[in-house]
Amino acid sequence: MNNSPLTRTVVVKNPQGLHARPADTLVRLASRFESAIMIGKGGELVDCKSILSLLTLGAAQGTELLISAEGDDADSALHSIEELFEAGFDEANELGAEAASDS
Amino acid sequence: MVELQGIPVSPGVAIGPALVLDADGYRIPRCLVAAEDAESEYARLRTAVDAVSAHLETSRLETTAVAGEETGDIFAAQLQMLHDPRLHSELRRRIKDQLQSAPYAVTRVLHHYASALRRLSNPVLADRAEDVLDIEKQLLMQLGAVAKQPLSELSEPVIVLSHVLTPSETANLDRRYVRGFCTETGGAGGHTSIVAKGLEIPAVVGIGAFMDGIGAASQVIVDGDRGKVIIDPDKATLESYEQRAQRRRSLTARLAELRDLPAETVDGTRIRLSANIEFPYETAAALERGADGIGLYRTEFLYLSSQQEPSEEDHYEAYSQVVREMNGRPVVIRTLDLGADKMGHRPLAEHEHNPFLGLRSIRLSLRNLDVFRPQLRAVLRAAVHGDIRLMFPLITTIGELRQARMLLNVVAEDLKDSGIAHRSDIPVGMMVEVPAAVVMLEHFVREVDFLSIGTNDLAQYTLAVDRSNEYVADLYQSSDPAVLRLIKQSVTVADKNEIPISVCGEMSSNPGRALLLLGLGVRHLSVPPSLLPRVKKAIRSVSIQQCKEIAQRVMTLEAARDVDLYLLDRLGDLVPELIVK
Repeated sequence: MNNSPLTRTVVVKNPQGLHARPADTLVRLASRFESAIMIGKGGELVDCKSILSLLTLGAAQGTELLISAEGDDADSALHSIEELFEAGFDEANELGAEAASDS
Repeated sequence: MVELQGIPVSPGVAIGPALVLDADGYRIPRCLVAAEDAESEYARLRTAVDAVSAHLETSRLETTAVAGEETGDIFAAQLQMLHDPRLHSELRRRIKDQLQSAPYAVTRVLHHYASALRRLSNPVLADRAEDVLDIEKQLLMQLGAVAKQPLSELSEPVIVLSHVLTPSETANLDRRYVRGFCTETGGAGGHTSIVAKGLEIPAVVGIGAFMDGIGAASQVIVDGDRGKVIIDPDKATLESYEQRAQRRRSLTARLAELRDLPAETVDGTRIRLSANIEFPYETAAALERGADGIGLYRTEFLYLSSQQEPSEEDHYEAYSQVVREMNGRPVVIRTLDLGADKMGHRPLAEHEHNPFLGLRSIRLSLRNLDVFRPQLRAVLRAAVHGDIRLMFPLITTIGELRQARMLLNVVAEDLKDSGIAHRSDIPVGMMVEVPAAVVMLEHFVREVDFLSIGTNDLAQYTLAVDRSNEYVADLYQSSDPAVLRLIKQSVTVADKNEIPISVCGEMSSNPGRALLLLGLGVRHLSVPPSLLPRVKKAIRSVSIQQCKEIAQRVMTLEAARDVDLYLLDRLGDLVPELIVK
């Protein structure tokens, strides 16, 4: 059991920002993990498994986001989410679809 | 606490719980459940969520099949929102811990998210607010909370918050319970505003979009004097407004003592001070406040508030009631002054691009004699009960006036031939509210018995502003110097030809502007019953010489704002009692 949260910083790369579709994908991915995952900027962190919270972040292209994860699978959660951001959510649609069919 | 600014259209302060009508007219009252029912209330919500979920899933599959995956994904995102864990923990908390009803919790939480999204600068995200509100609506429908509940079923005092209120909805507001209202749309001088003033319901309109953030808030203050609306006021604000409401009540009580005193300036010039009414029952308020007569009886309510087109008998009964109750005092009845688009029972024109420049008012009447004739017959018949005078609105050309007068003669002949009691010798006048009529007034005065300046329409047509259009409503100012010059010109022509002229528009009901009108030579004002005491107080506090000086100064100013600031300043000096802080 890992008690201290792990953190990582990512950048929103897709032109339209973290709008409905990428947010949907991110929620699906985050929901595959047991860990509590928070995401946000400037000290304001929200639940990464809540699409409404993600949308209200209003993260535009170029926004730096801090992700923190706490739990047994925190490390792999952060790794997967970082990959999703790195890929600019493009390839991520498939990832998200996999996640959905898994559950 | 949220403070909003709109356009004050009906004075007074109202404080009460919000009744939120959304664009579709449904209401979500603040409602609590008993502690032992919270569990089943939450279960009810779960069932509704499952039903909406199934519905969204079907929509997603169907849309994907028809329009492709990209479009179908809109519903995928909505499904994700519907099952959002934060949303559910918040709903669960509100229902199980705060004992809110499921519909109320839904509307509060989802409006909160919608308004958070609206505030984002990113338009793509801001548009998602629509998706959130769509989910809200579907949940509310599943919960059976959005069956339309007419405003007529109220049982406790409320402040109505709405995107829009039509004149007929306003006219049908239950005055026992509706303490005030505020709307996102609308402008000063729109029909809804006039009706609100007639009903003496404090109202603020033209606030712009504000309702997303509100849902069913607990308390609202409507400040109809300053155009402010305050949602969930803090204690200090609430107390200060309660005090102001109290001061208003005591001012009203003091002004009521003026009832039996004449509307006379300090130098002894008698001003005729009449009432504008919309509904027959308003004669009571007019008499109670000592009106010299009815200077403008708007007849539109007959067309707006009932389910059927009014018959000659409907007109006759309404007019007879008013003239009888006024007991010998003059009653000026204005014929139908509606646009074709507002004729609810049977629209009389195809879509008009520019209704304010279209088939309306006297033009509509002259083109639809089956509508006009019963009204004219009823006026002549009711005239046997008292001093009725007839006035035609929106006269633009001399031809229209002659046509209307000729029709009146024909109707009188018909009544005579049928042996029906009537009077054919009643005074006939016209509204001066189109700049063309002002310019040509020398010709009109030879064919009318009196004139009445309608400052609302005169300002609208002079300034080229649709006064119900929220985008330009701020340009609509009846104290604009251009409008004032037209008023002055009209008074000059009327005086020269010894034709009585009155001002019955909104302008005369503002005490400062009323003093200006006296200075311009107007000796007959007609105002809503609720404002009679204030205007009388103003009249009784000044001399004609002071009013003339005001007018002289005002005619040198170049903008409506300068005029209003100056008038407010003078009013403060001359009639300080009327300035309620």
